[in-house]
Amino acid sequence: MTDSPMSAHVRLANEIALHFRHRDPATAAEEIAAHIRAFWEPRMRARLIADAEAGNGDLDPLIVSVAALLPPPVAG
Amino acid sequence: MSLIKEQDYGTPARPGEAAVAVEIDGKEVLVPEGTSVMRAASEAGIDIPKLCATDSLEPFGSCRLCLVDIDGRKGTPASCTTPVAAGMKVRTQTPKLAELRRGVMELYISDHPLDCLTCPANGDCELQDMAGVVGLREVRYGFDGENHLDEPTDSSNPYFDFDASKCISCSRCVRACDEVQGTFALTIEGRGFASKVAAGAGGSFMESDCVSCGACVQACPTSTLQEKSVVELGMPTRSVITTCAYCGVGCSFKAELRGDEVVRMVPHKDGGANEGHSCVKGRFAFGYASHPDRRLKPMVRERITDPWQEVEWEEAIGHVARRMLDIQARHGASAIGGITSSRCTNEEVYAVQKMVRAAFGNNNVDTCARVCHSPTGYGLKQTYGTSAGTQDFKSVAKADVILVIGANPTDGHPVFASRMKRRLRQGARLIVADPRRIDLVRSPHIEAAHHLQLAPGTNVALVNALAHVVVTEGLVDREFVAERCEDFEAWERFIARPEHSPEAVADITGVPADELRSAARLYAAAPNAAIYYGLGVTEHSQGSTMVMGMANLAMATGNIGRDGVGVNPLRGQNNVQGSCDMGSFPHELPGYRHVSDDAVRTVFETLWGRTLQSEPGLRIPNMFDSAIDGSFRALFVHGEDIAQSDPNTQHVTAALTALELVVVQDLFLNETSKFAHVFLPGTSFLEKDGTFTNAERRINRVRPVMAPKTGKHEWQIVCEIAQAMGYPMKYDNAAQIMDEIAMTTPTFAGVSFDKLDRVGSVQWPCNDAAPEGTPIMHVDGFVRGRGRFVDTVYVPTEERSTRKYPLILTTGRILSQYNVGAQTRRTGNVVWHPEDVLELHPHDAEVRGIRDGDMVALASRVGETSLRARIDDRMPVGVVYTTFHHPTTGANVVTTELSDWATNCPEYKVTAVQVALKQTASAPSVSVPVPVVVE
Repeated sequence: MTDSPMSAHVRLANEIALHFRHRDPATAAEEIAAHIRAFWEPRMRARLIADAEAGNGDLDPLIVSVAALLPPPVAG
Repeated sequence: MSLIKEQDYGTPARPGEAAVAVEIDGKEVLVPEGTSVMRAASEAGIDIPKLCATDSLEPFGSCRLCLVDIDGRKGTPASCTTPVAAGMKVRTQTPKLAELRRGVMELYISDHPLDCLTCPANGDCELQDMAGVVGLREVRYGFDGENHLDEPTDSSNPYFDFDASKCISCSRCVRACDEVQGTFALTIEGRGFASKVAAGAGGSFMESDCVSCGACVQACPTSTLQEKSVVELGMPTRSVITTCAYCGVGCSFKAELRGDEVVRMVPHKDGGANEGHSCVKGRFAFGYASHPDRRLKPMVRERITDPWQEVEWEEAIGHVARRMLDIQARHGASAIGGITSSRCTNEEVYAVQKMVRAAFGNNNVDTCARVCHSPTGYGLKQTYGTSAGTQDFKSVAKADVILVIGANPTDGHPVFASRMKRRLRQGARLIVADPRRIDLVRSPHIEAAHHLQLAPGTNVALVNALAHVVVTEGLVDREFVAERCEDFEAWERFIARPEHSPEAVADITGVPADELRSAARLYAAAPNAAIYYGLGVTEHSQGSTMVMGMANLAMATGNIGRDGVGVNPLRGQNNVQGSCDMGSFPHELPGYRHVSDDAVRTVFETLWGRTLQSEPGLRIPNMFDSAIDGSFRALFVHGEDIAQSDPNTQHVTAALTALELVVVQDLFLNETSKFAHVFLPGTSFLEKDGTFTNAERRINRVRPVMAPKTGKHEWQIVCEIAQAMGYPMKYDNAAQIMDEIAMTTPTFAGVSFDKLDRVGSVQWPCNDAAPEGTPIMHVDGFVRGRGRFVDTVYVPTEERSTRKYPLILTTGRILSQYNVGAQTRRTGNVVWHPEDVLELHPHDAEVRGIRDGDMVALASRVGETSLRARIDDRMPVGVVYTTFHHPTTGANVVTTELSDWATNCPEYKVTAVQVALKQTASAPSVSVPVPVVVE
């Protein structure tokens, strides 16, 4: 159960990672990145990228590799 | 328009080619084999007198009024029970028949009150009509003999009376309850002259199993079963055909009126979804539309602690536009957004998403489907290529095995449930996967072959195990898979792993391996097997995974693309399908096309004259999170009560409190409007002009029976806000909006109000390739080309029972109430469900010292509420259940922030809770945060 104040986008990203963990890491990272590009609003993506770059320890390592595949959001 | 009376053919149509030729009163008619003489005559334009026959029921042959003369046959057989035969020659009018019929009517009338002029059914009474038709002029027996004229009236039901003195014992009500509704609540009690209709064991209708669907009232040929509204108001004088605004079945009704006053709602026989049947909500619970709680004037206030001030429309719309623009100027274009409603028409929803995308200039539009069927959208698009159920409702009549997962159709989708029960009574086998022993598991004349009573949150483990059996026991439809699907081999290897076997998952799901194996074999071996599912599938942290798991199972067994099979979401609200179709999701334009698709965006940009954003917008939960972090400042809420319906109420109310501007458009002030700065009054379905799209993709017209009580259609208000924000957006009528939808959305290309008025309804896709619509999808190929198998890894939810919260709460709905209850709580339906209750197993109650009816505290890690306990062994040990129809109990105070990984659909169905006896007797209460003003 989640009692820690993990931010919503980190928690959601980690949950996504669980659903792709059975794939090889490179494929999993690409598929997760495609999912996040398709469904996440730019400011959520930006936060995720920033968290990964800042070494947020709550992030699943697979998501850290995903963040590297995400292009910076297009300015809206 | 005058009162519409559909032709009653006397007996049901029979399937097959019209190949049997008969001659009736000199007219030749061709009908299918098995057709009754009565129906054949009716099709030839010859009405044979009748009382016990009506075409929604199988022939019964009791009234002896429909006698005919047939060449070469002895006697005068009843035309309702006599099937046609080739070359048959029938006469329906002879002196002998006339004498016999007058004799029959004379007997009926000798025991019937002669109060026609003051009878509520005057002018709508078949007994009265038949007396006229047969030329009855006298009753030789007098009226002083033994009779039933002093039989009492049962007025216990809030919507109809049962006046036994007027009963002619034709059994139409009993048969309607059996054959149409499938409840078997009524019977004929006694013998001979003493025989009479009885509800249950002879008590009142309210004490019986009657579900108030109205089928008996509809079938009654006299005033024995009569709507109270007709008794009070008199017979209606005109009809408007429209669509029910409750569940996703989308029943067609005749709104029958006197002037602008609705007297009654009568299910429309030609309605594609319901074919003349109804439930207690659609049939009777329409009074909310004229309830005094309706707000008809716009209101504004500066702060949410201020009193509301009524204003004119112009001022309210100008106020919304100014505040929205001001917030955007200070915080950026993405700081505002809107939520569309599944209770509104396609045209209204289209207008709202257009306002957000073109006038707000962002994609921050989401819909209440986020919290119900968004995983259906994701899962079916990934596997089949589009977000829609595969079948029409009629298809269930061809199913040999029906697998119901996480749905409770008899409560949530009762009119479809009646279709399903009819098929089950004909011999189809039933598998139910549900933690609760829902009514379908065992009810009159129905018993599930398997009840897979799984633990909440273990759907994916269960569906994987079903598929494991299919794959490892050689039950795959290899030909179908090879011709129609892709990625099968990888999935086959995945699902064949030992960890997916029934034995391996038995400890997870709680379902015995043998039972699960038997269920899988039954499903896979059926000529036609169909899956029907509801929110018990989607409202989980793995909702999307489960949808894909079911899609895999259907593909692996070849159960896609024909009658009797498929994967079918039972949509919760009336226009969930439509609101999703109309581009309500933040990542999709109308027609489920991604906002990043340049070609699609160009279509809309060219028409709308604005550049559209290519990035997805905020989902509802993202809006809440962003409101709390300050990057999202204003929300337009169209016809939703998010403060009651969305999970983790404290989080929702904190978000709403943080917003600078909340605009609510609704019929009533609701929980969300407590946090609103502007209230825009909405229109009821009786005032709307547009379309709803039901769970079978059927686009039905919603026709106004009166002008908007607020003075404006909802789409007009949306357009005026957009215009006040500087974006020109104008339509003369709702038909023009549908024309724009058809122009921009390929699956709706062939839809127009004119076509719907002409053909009744169509199921999308409706375009040049399918001008009359598409009842069954994926017939020759999947929308995405080949059906795609997707690995479905079971990931246990983070929400687990603990020592502090040892029980699992799951939520749902009941028959008489609807969603947050805003409508049904303002009708007579409250007699069945005056408050939400907590169902729990006798063991869980006993160890806590709880008795039936006690007030209990229900607590989770996020909140606490109190409600009354109902002890019921339909619950498994360790699982409790409640509904969210009443704000006083506020079930969502305890539900959590957890959601589906792919779509953020909340995990309503799994919350770890504790239940404790409340020490002091009190009414239900809830700790709802008091609105706090943000300076």
